[in-house]
Amino acid sequence: MTHAIAVRGLRKQYGEKLAVSDLTLTVGQGEVFGFLGPNGAGKTTSVKMLLGLVAPSAGSGELLGRPLGDVNARAKVGFLPEHFRFHDWLTGREFLLIHGRLYGLRGAALEHRIDALLERVDLADSGNRMVRTYSKGMTQRIGMAQALLNQPRLVFLDEPTSGLDPLGRLLVRDLIAELRANGASVFLNSHLLSEVEVTCDRVAFVKQGVVVREMSLHESVQGADVTLTIGADGADALRAGLAQFGAAQSNPALPAPGTARIDLHVSDESRVPELARWLVGQGADVYGIEIHRRSLEALFLDVLGEERTG
Amino acid sequence: MNSVLTIALLTLQEARRRRVVLAGLIFGIGFLTVFVIGFGLIYRDLQLAPAARSFIPPGVGRNPATSAQTQAIFLEFVAMAGLYAVNFLTVMMAVLTPIDTLSGEIQSGAIQSLVTKPARRHAIVLGKWLGFWSLIAAYLLMMAGGVLLAVKLIGGLNVANVPLGIALMLLEATAMLSLSIAGGTRLSTLANGVMGFGMFGMAFIGGWIEQIGTLVGNATAENVGVVTSLLVPSEAMWRLAAYNMQSPLLRELSFTPFTSASVPSSAMIFWTLGYVGVVIAIGLRGFARRDL
Repeated sequence: MTHAIAVRGLRKQYGEKLAVSDLTLTVGQGEVFGFLGPNGAGKTTSVKMLLGLVAPSAGSGELLGRPLGDVNARAKVGFLPEHFRFHDWLTGREFLLIHGRLYGLRGAALEHRIDALLERVDLADSGNRMVRTYSKGMTQRIGMAQALLNQPRLVFLDEPTSGLDPLGRLLVRDLIAELRANGASVFLNSHLLSEVEVTCDRVAFVKQGVVVREMSLHESVQGADVTLTIGADGADALRAGLAQFGAAQSNPALPAPGTARIDLHVSDESRVPELARWLVGQGADVYGIEIHRRSLEALFLDVLGEERTG
Repeated sequence: MNSVLTIALLTLQEARRRRVVLAGLIFGIGFLTVFVIGFGLIYRDLQLAPAARSFIPPGVGRNPATSAQTQAIFLEFVAMAGLYAVNFLTVMMAVLTPIDTLSGEIQSGAIQSLVTKPARRHAIVLGKWLGFWSLIAAYLLMMAGGVLLAVKLIGGLNVANVPLGIALMLLEATAMLSLSIAGGTRLSTLANGVMGFGMFGMAFIGGWIEQIGTLVGNATAENVGVVTSLLVPSEAMWRLAAYNMQSPLLRELSFTPFTSASVPSSAMIFWTLGYVGVVIAIGLRGFARRDL
């Protein structure tokens, strides 16, 4: 199966300024992919290269199996730009009509599609109003409808929820879920990490256009951090045996009297019950087993913070 | 092709929604009203005082002009002045109306959602060109048609070679429109305006230097004019249009904005057609290659 996106060594240099140095990534079909990084990390330039808006200085890649910039691939691609400015002297319906025609859609099929989309993004009552009279959230929703006109196989969303209220965000989240259910891929550029956390299958952290870390948000490939609180007696004896579950080290926090704390990084959260049984089997006094799931925000700060200080 | 038409329709819709069409109509009608009043007054005065012949410079025409001829020259002079103004306005419109259509949308980012559609970038430039060209052609037809109709109905004057004259004026406006659109693919709106009017001004002064050079017999000055006409053929197209639309008698006045001491060669028509083609090609290339 071809990838939705596969790029190798994309680079963009504007004169002296290096916007993206070496972008290599793949996004599978039906995958919701989060593209994360601090401001100025080259995220928007990367998206523009993928969409053929900006010509890469070096590197190559394919979108839906066709080379970057290929006109035909775009028939199956949707895009909501970051600083979306549309022709706001059009009504919402006319706006979708023009963009639908540019996708090669015509006649009754296009009209039906527009009706369905206006309904879907809660703009059915505002379709005949000029886009310039829309609120920021409405403009963003009509932009979202525009990106879905052609029933795309791949959708690029650049900060799709920045202007939306919680209901609008929920709508975008649902739309992304529908796209995934239909087997479409989504490339999501967002600062709202909580948003990314609930919608994305996989994320990449980028800095200067280099992917510094890539991870799945479903399988706990990163493992889990566990803090054990056990009776102080025999704690040292247990350490050697704990090694079978993962690397253990003493927790620097002062334990309650008579107890010891051990931090353990297990390869998979599913091993925790096994760990509990083993501890009990060893006769240890178990006071607590805490699992720490790290939020995406913590990860973001870890991954990119290191880079910043490093 | 469908995308070109879609963008052309979008452009026309923009002109309508942003009141460009309305403003053009209102001020076009204003212009024609002033022209009709002025032409009517002059016509009435000439009927009352045919002695206007004394205004004709001595030595013009092989034979002294008759009173009827003098009247005809006067009316034709006013008619040509009207067309001269129409020509100037049309050229201004051709440079101004499309001036920010590409640069503005590139700057605002509105172009991004168009360019990422499955249409070639060429289609966007050509669609905009076609949309604005239709507007400019309609404007020229309305304005020149109004002037020609007024002189016919009020003074009974039949201007010669009207289809050729209008076609040449349209070709001139087309050249300036193409420059403005091609400029917008690379330049900022302001720089594009400076370029468009700068080139028009260069052709304008070049045309005058050519006329004066011919009159005083200075071949170098004449050549300066010819070279500027090759670089920007707008003024040459107007002079050719004016030459074809006026009577032999008026042509002999030799030194007005619409008579020519040196008449551009008709080969300039082919040059201008080629010029339009090359300018559009440069615009397409510029837009196809730039980062958006």
